[in-house]
Amino acid sequence: MSTATDNPTPDSGGLAPDTVVTPTAGSGARKLPVVLGVLVLGLAIVLLRSSHSGDTTFRLAAETDFVTLPDVVVPSGPTAWVMVVICLALTAEAVRRMLGHLRQPMWIPIAFAVAWMIGFLSWAAADSRILIVSLLGGAVALAVPLVFGALGGVLGERAGVVNIAIEGQLLLGAFAAAIAASTTGSPWAGLVAAAVAGALVALVLGLFAITYFVDQVIVGVVLNVLVLGLTNFMFRQVLAPNAESLNSPEGFSRLPIPILGDIPLIGPLLFRQTPLVYVLYAVVALVAWALYRTRWGLRVRAVGEHPKAADTVGIKVNRTRYRTILLAGAIAGMGGAYYSLVSVAAFNREMTGGAGYIALAAVIFGKWDPIRATLAALLFGFATNLQGVLSSIGSPVPSQFMLMLPYLVTILAVAGLVGRSRPPAADGVPYRKQ
Amino acid sequence: MRLVLRGITKRFGSVVANDSISLTVEPGEIHCLLGENGAGKSTLMNVLYGLYRADEGEIELDGEVQHFTGPGDAMAAGIGMVHQHFMLVPVFTVAENVMLGNESTGFAGTLDIDAARRRVTEISERFGFDVKPDAVVEDLPVGVQQRVEIIKALSRDAELLVFDEPTAVLTPQETDELMDIMRQLRESGKAIVFITHKLREVREVADRITVIRHGKVVGEADPKASNAELASMMVGRPVELVVQKDAPRVGDDAFVVRDLRVVDPAGHAQVDGISFTIRGGEVLAVAGVQGNGQTELTEAILGLQDDVSGSIRLDGTELVGRSTRKILDAGVGFIPEDRQVDGLVPNFTIAENLMLNRSFKSPFVKNGSLRIGALRAFAEQKLKEYDVRARDIDSLAANLSGGNQQKVVVARELSRDLRLLVAAQPTRGVDVGSIEFIHKQVVATRDSGIPVLVVSTELDEVVALADRIMVLYRGQIVGIVPADTPRQTLGLMMTGERPKDLKDVVA
Repeated sequence: MSTATDNPTPDSGGLAPDTVVTPTAGSGARKLPVVLGVLVLGLAIVLLRSSHSGDTTFRLAAETDFVTLPDVVVPSGPTAWVMVVICLALTAEAVRRMLGHLRQPMWIPIAFAVAWMIGFLSWAAADSRILIVSLLGGAVALAVPLVFGALGGVLGERAGVVNIAIEGQLLLGAFAAAIAASTTGSPWAGLVAAAVAGALVALVLGLFAITYFVDQVIVGVVLNVLVLGLTNFMFRQVLAPNAESLNSPEGFSRLPIPILGDIPLIGPLLFRQTPLVYVLYAVVALVAWALYRTRWGLRVRAVGEHPKAADTVGIKVNRTRYRTILLAGAIAGMGGAYYSLVSVAAFNREMTGGAGYIALAAVIFGKWDPIRATLAALLFGFATNLQGVLSSIGSPVPSQFMLMLPYLVTILAVAGLVGRSRPPAADGVPYRKQ
Repeated sequence: MRLVLRGITKRFGSVVANDSISLTVEPGEIHCLLGENGAGKSTLMNVLYGLYRADEGEIELDGEVQHFTGPGDAMAAGIGMVHQHFMLVPVFTVAENVMLGNESTGFAGTLDIDAARRRVTEISERFGFDVKPDAVVEDLPVGVQQRVEIIKALSRDAELLVFDEPTAVLTPQETDELMDIMRQLRESGKAIVFITHKLREVREVADRITVIRHGKVVGEADPKASNAELASMMVGRPVELVVQKDAPRVGDDAFVVRDLRVVDPAGHAQVDGISFTIRGGEVLAVAGVQGNGQTELTEAILGLQDDVSGSIRLDGTELVGRSTRKILDAGVGFIPEDRQVDGLVPNFTIAENLMLNRSFKSPFVKNGSLRIGALRAFAEQKLKEYDVRARDIDSLAANLSGGNQQKVVVARELSRDLRLLVAAQPTRGVDVGSIEFIHKQVVATRDSGIPVLVVSTELDEVVALADRIMVLYRGQIVGIVPADTPRQTLGLMMTGERPKDLKDVVA
């Protein structure tokens, strides 16, 4: 099959593979126009049914900015309609690409999402103000446990272990963080305890899923329920009677970073957060780098894609999997610290409220990639925060619908916009030597 | 490097897979391990490679006894293995696959991908492999993937290379290229163990031949021995290598396919507008390298593919758009290419497996309940008729050997009133004795006036059974040629090239 040799030179990087696979439109290319069409239609119907007159104010500046950006004031109705037209144009482009069997580039859904959101906000916040900084900054804060959880999920699944137990890891992490931070008086000790607690849940998962070949999804779900029951029990029996000594942790407080925090818009968004968020930045960068650029990452990915191939080159498959999910559990556990050290500064029953499952969705939406999963988690954080912001300014959208929003976004994202995604080949498959 | 195996014994439960096998491989020689499927060749090599632990016996490399606890040890000792099923991570690049487990790293475990690239290029150039380090493995043709496996072994300075059934997935041309590579490796002083059951290849490259049967060494054979001699040594009795058959007595155009197109879920046309006809009493054999649309073709006939357009007519009845049940009831017999997945339910008994295609009505079902008596009588009869070696009809299919499993499938499919037989890889992974038997059944079916479609990636089988040969390449027909077309021509056609003077035989 070898064609006439064009001798490859040692320095020739980035060569095309021998067989060029022609890009054809997969099912993602067909789904996108449909999803976009439904969304823009929905927006248009809402605008027609209850049009608002008046102006919408988008406030870009935070109070303490070094340079203060001016407010943007736009007329609600016309702005919303302009955005509908832009969305329609983008949908038309997606349809054109679908008919021409072309690949759908990423900028279409992104541009669509931005335009749609501006249109929606100018309608929903007619005659009032949207604080962009608090809308987006709040989204970052709310996304913290989701990002930690999603990173834990990505790591586990890249090594071939489906980590359904993220929810349990978050919850036990929150529980441990509260106790450790209360007894030591240091939120950092709480963070460490949260990581240990997450790793503990992962250890149990590994014991069943790796050593005893039990179905990973079932073990994961059972672990979540177990942790739920355990923390409820402990909360009632131990934490509630001794709330003073065991459940009044020193939380993380906001720690603005001097110069970075003064950058308009970006500064208050990213650099006037709690230390936990800064830890998160480091963890995201570290995981992304380690997974793709180090020997450790190469081996983790090999074990998740083709464990037997890894075994035949002398890599200990199950040992690698254990190490990876322990790390994954520790990372997810740190996310739990958000609940009891940042959000409330006390542990409460069932306080994670299913965030672990949303994180799991972010893993899939992020195509098992740490950076993409982080972005997906941020999107879900945004949806959650939007709900809070809109109900506080008294928007015309019913509050029940708004409560549904994060989950709706999750379903839409996972079902419609994710495109072709391929999990690691050995994801969820226990490895047995013959 | 000189390898000596002494008295290797490996048991799986009560089965003795290797029974005190001794073997010596010298540097600079190609040593063939010849034996049927299930003779214990691969088990022996897995012991050598540290994947299995031998129950008895020892492995000696250059005079030193080795104690391997895993493949890592074997590799470190200089053993390289080219696995039958490639041990490559499909989504990794060539360079990543080659360095996996043997990575050179910089600061904090950072991968030195450039070093791996250089290594691939260097080995690739030394042996003229034409493998690019940044190509993603899953995009490469199988022959090239195999070279990546070889590079992987060589990059770890392997002195002894084991090739486990390396030609099973290759075209005839790729096989020739592989033989050249093996000779080249021999010239550079490597010791080579070549495991195969294909006699032609053995005689072409082997310096020495060791024949293994039922887990034991039955002796050494001379590379100049004839095919018949080698085969009888391998099987333990004289074997008919040629399928005896008379000239076909063909009938009408019974099975007509027009403009058939099968599209897979990803939108690729796997069968791309093919038309052919099979007359009653004729075998049309489909030749081609695996993955050129054969699977999709047979599955489309059986109604197992979703996106099918065109026409498939059997005795004038259109099959496209019908359910698989209706197609079966129309008299289509189907021997699927993977009996473990599509042919049998492993945890069912032989008797239960024999009624899978007639699970709805007579003779085995009446008023919604099984007629156990009729089924048992039928199963007993077929067990004898098809010479299935099993304890009784209540044995689980999973516990049968490959050949006997396949006989159960064949018995089931041929025990109905057939109008068409579709046989995909009918003898893959089957012992020589069963191959003879199954081939005879296929020929008998054809002689009873039924059109037969045989799909095989083994050219020997295609040539042995065919009245006409259809060569598929990337879902299209390269040509339909007579059964006596030279192998060279067929091999060329399997790479998609159509000789200029080629004439199709039209039905």
